[in-house]
Amino acid sequence: MTGGTLILHRAGPGVTVQDEGRPYRLAEGLSRGGAADRLALIEAAALLGLHAPVAALEMAMLGCDVTCTAPTRLALTGARMAADLNGTSLAPNSTFWMTPEDRLSIGAARAGTYSYLTPAGGIQTSEIIGSRAAHLTAGIGKPLQAGDELPMGEDPDPNAPPMILRVEDRLSGGSVRVMPGPQSDLFDAETRARFFATEFRRARTGNRQGVRLDAEGPPFTTQTETLASDIIQPGDVQMTGDGVPYVLLSECQTMGGYPRIGTVIAQDLGRVAQAAPGTSLRFAEVSAAEADALWRSEADQLIALRKSVQPLRRDPHDIPDLLSYQLISGVVRGDEQGGTG
Amino acid sequence: MSDSPLPEILPHGADGILLRLGLSARESTVAAVQILRAAMEDACPHGVEEIASSLTSVYLRFDPARTTRAEVCATAQSIARGVDLSATTLPAPRHRWTIPVVLGGEHGPHFDEMVRATGHSDQRAREVLLSARLRVLAIGFAPGLPYMGLLPEAWDVPRLRDVTPKVPACALVAAVRQLIIFTNPTPTGWRHIGQTAFHGFQVGRDPATALSAGDEIRLEQMTPADLHGLQTDNPDGLGGARCEVLS
Repeated sequence: MTGGTLILHRAGPGVTVQDEGRPYRLAEGLSRGGAADRLALIEAAALLGLHAPVAALEMAMLGCDVTCTAPTRLALTGARMAADLNGTSLAPNSTFWMTPEDRLSIGAARAGTYSYLTPAGGIQTSEIIGSRAAHLTAGIGKPLQAGDELPMGEDPDPNAPPMILRVEDRLSGGSVRVMPGPQSDLFDAETRARFFATEFRRARTGNRQGVRLDAEGPPFTTQTETLASDIIQPGDVQMTGDGVPYVLLSECQTMGGYPRIGTVIAQDLGRVAQAAPGTSLRFAEVSAAEADALWRSEADQLIALRKSVQPLRRDPHDIPDLLSYQLISGVVRGDEQGGTG
Repeated sequence: MSDSPLPEILPHGADGILLRLGLSARESTVAAVQILRAAMEDACPHGVEEIASSLTSVYLRFDPARTTRAEVCATAQSIARGVDLSATTLPAPRHRWTIPVVLGGEHGPHFDEMVRATGHSDQRAREVLLSARLRVLAIGFAPGLPYMGLLPEAWDVPRLRDVTPKVPACALVAAVRQLIIFTNPTPTGWRHIGQTAFHGFQVGRDPATALSAGDEIRLEQMTPADLHGLQTDNPDGLGGARCEVLS
């Protein structure tokens, strides 16, 4: 079972293979890792008609140039990066066909941070500890570079037409729901109230472990001096020694000694991961019961998204030069309305 | 069991709860965590997917599609009530590891300072470390990184104010009655008292993580020449460590 090879001809500094990561290893000190924006992997699976997410290329801020050695469908999801196939723009949150004659070029992020290129058969590099995901802080895998060749699985439905998915915007910051965590009560009521009333900006400091948030005003501190390190997880909003919040992302450590004011709920964590430096974020308080009521399994999210996928149709008015348009290639202009965000 | 503490049960994400026995790593707390974690592992509560512990708490991740927070909290509370969390006897270890180490000298630049802080003689400090029946209290911070303890009260020495920029991988470091063997070169305020060739986590090894919380650890003296030999020929990354499986 081979679906050919994806060849990188150029790669930004933050291009890695990512999948759903390695759950069940918290007791070994290994955080789950996996895609920084998990929903983008699920969207790709929905677009490609898959019943489970597959391994993809995650691109942080900057994309890559790729060719392939066998025809396949691919999906582009997550951050909106300038992407073109042989010079023609691709729509975000859509699938397209690619053959060995084509060259895909993905540039810088125009909105959001993490973009995902998913071949229909998935990237089929060898699994390490049950996953193909690079986990850089654990020393598993490494950033990809020009010349790397990645095996792909066979496209299970190579003739399926290009599809598109309209997704709710999560690339431009906004409001993020936070539920109480084990240490919320270490912060006094005034500090908590101020936290939920503050407008933060995503700082330049940030990576797959977590992102720093900056704000005007005094720091968010507690009175606790001798706090033992405790279990931490993605979504936790941790206040460093100087009272500056960091939201932990997929590759965070498993134990940490900084107090945490609460946990960003899973549905909204992609909004934090995708916020580019300078993007404004606010936190909205929800109770544990509200968070529980909002929870949905990723399997259910995929089933719902599969129902929302639509054929990629183009309005002739949007196509300036219909005669030169390659009707077979599934590419569109980059400024069409469907599925942006 | 009258003074047996019951854990605070706290939400930790929409699919998790934390059973917290304290905020700082006191001896009674650390012991209670070991007892509580073992009880949770033995009970396998319905819908619980993953159990992990820190020095002060036990974390349960559950599948909200199979159970509810209320059910997991109730089950956890009933399991906690069924064990004596004030006991001083820890659950029997499942594994006993013996890990060779060079203490002091160039391989442990903070050893002498640590010995002074404990008030022991050099000889006595070595005896304490090499005869201690340590337990892995938690694995965390980095993959496979063990927090081991607790050493006697004399070893309750705070971390250094000034962080040592880079302590090598496999270094044995000490602070606050605990020992750690680093898995990677690490900046740290813990005192570097010895050196092993023991890699707690090695990607290509199966299992990649050698130790589990609850394991017993004994340190065994080796010479700098032994260490050099293990550093140059260490195919399993265990640095000469031996593991006995206890029933």
